[in-house]
Amino acid sequence: MSLQRDVDALRAIPLFAKVEPSRLKLLAFTSEHLDFEPGEILCRQGEPGDAAFILLEGTADVFVDTPRGRVKVATLGKNDIVGEIAILCDVPRTATVVAATRLHTLKIGKDGFFNLVTQFPEVGVEIMHELAARLHHTTQRLTNVSLRLAELEASKA
Amino acid sequence: MEPSIFAFIRKYSWKQQLLILALTFLSFPPLYYSLELPKIIINRALGDPDGPWMLFGYDLERTTYLFGLCGLFLLLVLIGGGLKYVLNVYAGIVAERMLRRLRYQLYEHVLRFPLPHFRKVSQGELVQMINAETEALGGFVGDAFAVPAFQGGTLLTILTFMFMQDPILGVAAIALYPLQIWLIPRLQRQVNELAKRRVRQVRRNAERISETCATIREIHAHGTARYELARFSEQLGAVFWIRFAIYKKKFLIKFLNNFLAQLGPFFFFSIGGWLVIHGDITLGALVAVVGAHKDLSSPWKELLTYYQTLYDVRIKYEQTVAQFAPPGLEPAELLTGEPSREPSFTGTSLRLTGVTLLDDGGEPVLDGVELQLDLPCRVALIGPAGGGREELTLVLAGLLVPDSGRVLIDGLVLHELPEPLLGRKIAYIGSQPALIAGTIEDNLLYGLKQRPRRLVEPTGADRARRARDRHEALASGNSVDPLDADWVDWEAAGVRDPAERLPAMLAALAVARLSDDVYTFGLRGPLPADRPELAGRVLEARRSMRARLAGDERLARLVEPFDPERYNSNATLAENLLFGMPVGNVFDLEHLASHPYVRSILEETDLVDELQRVGYRLAQTMVELFADLPADHEYYRQFSFIAPEDLPEFKAILGKATIERLNRLSAAERDRLLDLPFKLVVARHRLGLIDEALQQRLLEARKRFRARLPAGLLGAVAFFDPDHVNPAASVQENILFGKIAHGQAHAATRVAVLLAEVIDAHGLRDAVIEVGLRTECGIGGARLSLAQRQKLAIAREVLRRPELVLLHEPTLALDAADQPLVRDALLEAFRDRSIVWSLQDQEWASRFERVIVLERGRVVAQGSFAQISGPQLEPVDAPG
Repeated sequence: MSLQRDVDALRAIPLFAKVEPSRLKLLAFTSEHLDFEPGEILCRQGEPGDAAFILLEGTADVFVDTPRGRVKVATLGKNDIVGEIAILCDVPRTATVVAATRLHTLKIGKDGFFNLVTQFPEVGVEIMHELAARLHHTTQRLTNVSLRLAELEASKA
Repeated sequence: MEPSIFAFIRKYSWKQQLLILALTFLSFPPLYYSLELPKIIINRALGDPDGPWMLFGYDLERTTYLFGLCGLFLLLVLIGGGLKYVLNVYAGIVAERMLRRLRYQLYEHVLRFPLPHFRKVSQGELVQMINAETEALGGFVGDAFAVPAFQGGTLLTILTFMFMQDPILGVAAIALYPLQIWLIPRLQRQVNELAKRRVRQVRRNAERISETCATIREIHAHGTARYELARFSEQLGAVFWIRFAIYKKKFLIKFLNNFLAQLGPFFFFSIGGWLVIHGDITLGALVAVVGAHKDLSSPWKELLTYYQTLYDVRIKYEQTVAQFAPPGLEPAELLTGEPSREPSFTGTSLRLTGVTLLDDGGEPVLDGVELQLDLPCRVALIGPAGGGREELTLVLAGLLVPDSGRVLIDGLVLHELPEPLLGRKIAYIGSQPALIAGTIEDNLLYGLKQRPRRLVEPTGADRARRARDRHEALASGNSVDPLDADWVDWEAAGVRDPAERLPAMLAALAVARLSDDVYTFGLRGPLPADRPELAGRVLEARRSMRARLAGDERLARLVEPFDPERYNSNATLAENLLFGMPVGNVFDLEHLASHPYVRSILEETDLVDELQRVGYRLAQTMVELFADLPADHEYYRQFSFIAPEDLPEFKAILGKATIERLNRLSAAERDRLLDLPFKLVVARHRLGLIDEALQQRLLEARKRFRARLPAGLLGAVAFFDPDHVNPAASVQENILFGKIAHGQAHAATRVAVLLAEVIDAHGLRDAVIEVGLRTECGIGGARLSLAQRQKLAIAREVLRRPELVLLHEPTLALDAADQPLVRDALLEAFRDRSIVWSLQDQEWASRFERVIVLERGRVVAQGSFAQISGPQLEPVDAPG
C-alpha cells in the first residue's frame, strides 16, 4: 500500500520518528502527493510558506540569495524534509528549493500538521522533544564556536 | 388611489356588483318555494285524502300529484343550488379581479415612490402588505353588497312572518337587537385594534426575517446568533400576548352573542306562555314563532359579522392606501409615458438653477447649486465624501427630485420628463449596483427594455391563451404588455439583427474588463444545445488538446484523458463505472450502487462481493484513522468516506464479521459496505484498494452498463465519447476530455493556460464567452463577486449607449490595476457623449475637460484641471 510507504517516509524523518504510526497514517492520508518537473520551484526564499515537503524520489537543490548572488547550499535526496520551519512558525521561506530531477514529494500542509498536534497533544510533546534536542545541539555548537572565536581573538591579541 | 374601499368597489366593480345583487334576488323565489313545497306536500298530498289534486291547472291522480310535487321540489333545490354556485363563482371572480387590481396598483405605487422613501419603509413590510394583508380586502369585495342583501332579505322575511303571528312576540324577538348593535361592535373594535397591532407585529417579524437574510454574513461573522434568536423570541412573544388578549375578548363576544340569542326563547316562553295561558295567542303560533326565531339567528349573526368585517376592512384599506401614498409620489404618467417633445442632448445645455436637496433631517445636502453644462461635456465632480457629489449625480440622472430649484435639459424640466425617455437617454452607474435575477445576458440587456419592440405573434392554442390573458388583465386594470415580446431596443445598442448581437455585447464586456470573468464562467457552463455548429469546433479543439498533451511528456502528466478502454485513476470509481455524466437525478454518483440497474450490472459481473470486500477494507482504514477524532472535526468533511455519526455502525459491522466471512452480515449491512468504495479515486487516496485486476473487471462492467442500458434509462446518462461532445458536460470538460491529474504541481494553472491556448487557436474564445453570458447571476447577483457585479453594471450602460452617463465611484470594487483601464475605456466609449463622473481620486480629474468641486453641498470651484489644481484651491479631503 502506498499509504504505508508514506508512513515509512514520515517515520524516517527525525521530527516524526517517535510519533505513533496510526497518527502518522492520518497525517499521510490527509497530505497530498505532489510531483515536480526538473527546474520547478517548491518554495521561494522570502515568500510565506504553508507546507513542508518530504522527498520520496529524486533530488532537489537548495539555494540562498545573498548580496553576492544566488548560492547553492545543499542538495536534498530521498526521505529528506524541506520547509518544516514554515509549518512550525510563521517565518518566510529561508531558501529557494528547486527540483533537480523529476521529483516526487509528499506535501505536508500547515493545517494538517497543526490539526495533528492540537488533536493529539502527545504528538506535540514528541515534536517538542525533537526540537529541544535540536536546540540543545545548536546551542552546543554555538558554545563551541564562541569558545573558538574567543580563543582566536585571544591569540590575535 | 380611491380614498375608501367602497369608493374603490364602486369605481371598478359597480356593474359586477349589480349582477351579484340580481343573482342574489333571483335566488330568493326558489328558496322560498323550496320551503313552501314541503307544507303543500304534507297538507295536500298526504293530509287531504279527498283532493282535488291540482298542479299547474291539471287535475291529477293522488300518487302522480305526490311525485309531481316531489319532482318540483327537487327541481327547485337544483335551481337554488345552481344559482348559488354561479353566484359564488362569480363573486369569487369579482373579488379576485379586484384583488389583482389592488395589488397591481400598490406595486405600481412602489415603483413611483420617491427614492428617499425607501430608507423609511422596510422591504418585509411592503411584501407583507401587498401579499398577505390585501387578501382580506379582496375577499370582502365579493361580499360587499351580496351579504347584506341576502342576509338582510332573509332576516326581514322571517321578521315579517313573526310580526304576522303576533306583534308582541315579534318585538320580543328583536328586543335585544339594539343592545347587541350597541355593545358587540364596541367590543369588536377592541379586538380589531388588537388585530391591527398583531398585523403590525407580524410585519415587524417579516422585516426581521428579511433583515436576517440580508445580514446573514454579519451574524455568523460576529457570532451573534444567540442575540438574534433572543430578538426573534421577544418579537414572537409580543405576537403571543396580543393573540392572548384577542382570544379573551373574542370569546367573550361569542359568549355574549350566544347568551343574547338564547334570551329570545326565554322571552317567548315567559311572555308567550303567559299570553297562551290567558288565551291571547294560540299554542301553534307560539311554536311557529319559536321555530322562526331559530332561523333568525343565522342571518343575524352573518349580518353582525359583516358589520364587523366592514369596519375592519375600511380601516385596513385606508391604512394601506396611506402607506402607499407618501409625499413626493411620482406622477403615474411619468412612469411609462412618452414626452411630447424629445429634448436634445447635444448642442444644448443642462442647467441647474438653485438646486437644493434636503436630507431626512431637513439639512441641505445640495445647497442652491447653480451650474451650466454645455453638452456634450466631460466633467469630473470632486470634493470630500458627503459633500454632495453623489446626490448631484443622482439629481442629474433624474433619480432624486430637488426640494427646490430646477434642472433644465434643452429647456425642459428634467423631472417632468417621463422615465422611459430618461432611461434611454441617461445612465447612472453608482457604487452599489444591483442586478436582476437572471443570466449575465439578461442583465446586460436590462437597460434596453423600456417597452415591447417586436411582438411575437402567437399561434394555435397560444393565441386563445393570449386573448384570454389579455381580456382578464384588462378586466383588472393590469398591464397588457406581452412579456414574451422582444423588449430589447437593439437599435439603441447599434445592433441591426438580434441574431448578430454578440459583437456589441463583447465590446461592452471588454470596456468593463469583464470578458475574462465571463470566459471563465463559459468554461464551466454547459455546451448550449441550440448551437449545433459549436459541437464540431469543440471536438476539433478536443483533438488538438489531445495532440498537444500527447506531444509533450510534461503536459501529458497533467491530464488523464477519458479512454473507454482504460480505468481513469484520477476519477472516482462511480465515474469510471458510469463513464459519463448523469442527466437529471436518476443516477446519483454519491449512491450509485443503490440504483437497481447498476446493482444488476454489478451482480452480472460478479463485482458485488469484491466491492463489498473493498468497502470492508476501506471501513477498516477509516475506523482506524478517524476513531479518535471528535465528531465535529473538519477532516470528516474533507477526507472521510464515512460520516462521523455512521462510524459506530461501521465499527459494529467490522466487529461482526471478518473479511473472509462477509456472508455473516445482513444484506443491509453488506449494502452499506458496497456503497463505500464508489467515491474512491485511485490517484488521490493511495489506499491500494483498487488494483489492476479489479480495474479490468470494472472496465468490463462499464462496457456492459452501456451496452445493456434499457431504453427507459437512455436519457439518464451522457456517456463520454471521444468522437462526440457531451451535452451534460461543461465546455472545459468537453475540450479537456479527461481529469486534471492529482499530485502534479500547479496542474490546474498550467492546464488553464493550455486550455486558453487551444481555445484561442481554434477561435473559440468568443463562443466560450457567449456560453458564459448564460450564467445565472443569482438573486441580486449574489453568485457574482462585488467586482463582477460592478463591471456588469458598467457593461450594461456601455451596451445601450445613452447620451449622458453619470457615474459615482463606479470602479471602487475593482482590482486596483483594472480601475484606470476601465476609466480610460469608458471615456473612450463615450467619446462623443456626455460624462459626469463623481470621483474620489483627484488625480483622475486631470482626464476631464472640466472639474467641479463640491463641498458642503455647494460648488466651491470649477474650471479646467489646471485652474482647479492651482495654488488658490484648498486641498481636498479624502483622496485616493
